[in-house]
Amino acid sequence: MLDIRKPIARLGHNVIDGVWRAGVMARFFGQVLASSGTSFSRFRLVMREVYFSGVLSLIIIIVSGLFVGMVLGLQGFETLQKYGATESIGVLVALSLVRELGPVVAALLFASRAGSAITAEIGLMKTTEQLTAMDMMAVSPMARVIAPRFWAGIISMPILSLLFSAMGVFGGYIVGVVMIGVDNGAFWSQMQAAVDFRYDVLNGLVKAFVFGIAVTIIATFEGYDAPPTAEGVSGATTRTVVTSALTILALDLVLTAFMLRADH
Amino acid sequence: MLQDSLVEVESVSFAYGRRPILKGVSMRVPRGKLVAIMGASGSGKTTLLRIIGGQLTPTSGTVRLAGEDLHALDAAGLYRMRRRMSMLFQFGALFTDMTVFENVAFPLREHTKLSESMIRDLVMMKLEAVGMRGSHRLKPAELSGGMARRVALARAVVLDPALVMYDEPFAGLDPIALAVIGRLIRTLNDALGSTSIIVTHDVLESLQLVDYLYFISDGVIVGEGTPDEIRASKLPYVKQFVHGETDGPVPFHYPAAPYAKDVGLAPGAARA
Repeated sequence: MLDIRKPIARLGHNVIDGVWRAGVMARFFGQVLASSGTSFSRFRLVMREVYFSGVLSLIIIIVSGLFVGMVLGLQGFETLQKYGATESIGVLVALSLVRELGPVVAALLFASRAGSAITAEIGLMKTTEQLTAMDMMAVSPMARVIAPRFWAGIISMPILSLLFSAMGVFGGYIVGVVMIGVDNGAFWSQMQAAVDFRYDVLNGLVKAFVFGIAVTIIATFEGYDAPPTAEGVSGATTRTVVTSALTILALDLVLTAFMLRADH
Repeated sequence: MLQDSLVEVESVSFAYGRRPILKGVSMRVPRGKLVAIMGASGSGKTTLLRIIGGQLTPTSGTVRLAGEDLHALDAAGLYRMRRRMSMLFQFGALFTDMTVFENVAFPLREHTKLSESMIRDLVMMKLEAVGMRGSHRLKPAELSGGMARRVALARAVVLDPALVMYDEPFAGLDPIALAVIGRLIRTLNDALGSTSIIVTHDVLESLQLVDYLYFISDGVIVGEGTPDEIRASKLPYVKQFVHGETDGPVPFHYPAAPYAKDVGLAPGAARA
């Protein structure tokens, strides 16, 4: 007979494990905040990480933004044509991007490009005893290694999201106006009239900011917590991407629900 | 040993969960001396070093560094003590994203407000002392194992620490690199007036190098003495270790069921 207790026990174990891990991560988050003093007194450390996680992500963000905008332009035109509303294509592209796709897709790309790199780097530093060595030199790895990467992510994420949206709008413009021939004036003026700074752009930035916190905390925590072996680091890198993606999408749902409620 | 001790370990015990690693270890490290902690792999010697460095907290017992109880200190107090000590890790633990120069300059930049030219002079002096000045522009990945350890040694002594701890400094080195590191440890200790603790299982090198040795086995000190006393020792464990005998208090065999039973010759043995 199939023993039903085993799967249930395993499920229970996994739940307890997950809750325990969430608690450890929350404490880690607190430690990062408490060790952030150095990040501000020596802002150079943060700027260096902004270069590695932000500037080096520019290519993928810009190219993806452009393509996503172009696809939105094509798909949008196809549907709007049925209602004779092709001039609204600018609105459609811009709203989809600044409200949703900009922050979400940029965050997903940021998690896979920069988040995985942060996890692997910190994990390898731990494996090769660099973090312990730093600690033995009376230099806190939390303050010197983790906190600057955390703040760099928070600074980079909203900027990357804005750039993604801007490139997307440009992609929509290329497809809609330049290639299909929608009226240039209508494209921009309708967009200007329909996109609200407070409700659309600012809310999108708030999302990007929250995603930035989530991705960098997950990435730094997974690296710091990785077992000091090759499998440990590779597993941690995978977990960073998977957990970040799920967290971004779940947070997006929650944030969108709150923002739409606040709008009405 | 009646001299003034820098490090005093008093009946320290330590366990990982329920598995005891150290069982009431006591030792003294006099100022200015080079002391070795020797023992086989898994004997607890690295754990002891990590307890002395404040990375692990003993389950009972105390470690005093210059008279201060290390494990009664808060994080800030521990960091204050650590500025006076340093550790050379088995594989150097150099920061791979920095050059050799920046690695050695790291403790200076973090803990002092020295001018750039002063930092440069100090770093070059320490690199010259370990014979690695010419490598200051290289990245750690471009160095051999022995060279990386010499750079790590320069970094470990750049703040002129009172206590330097070495975790297996000779592991995996060729005979020349091994002799170089050994000589450097001795000369730096004497020139800087520091005190050193070496954790190692390299008997021949240590007997030539150090002032005093402790032998640790299965979490307890089983022998101690000056190199001459150790060479002449009749203690079974020390004798087996120093002469590299395959059998003695440390058995050749991993604990197992009776051989006859495992090969199916004993009465009642089941054959698979």
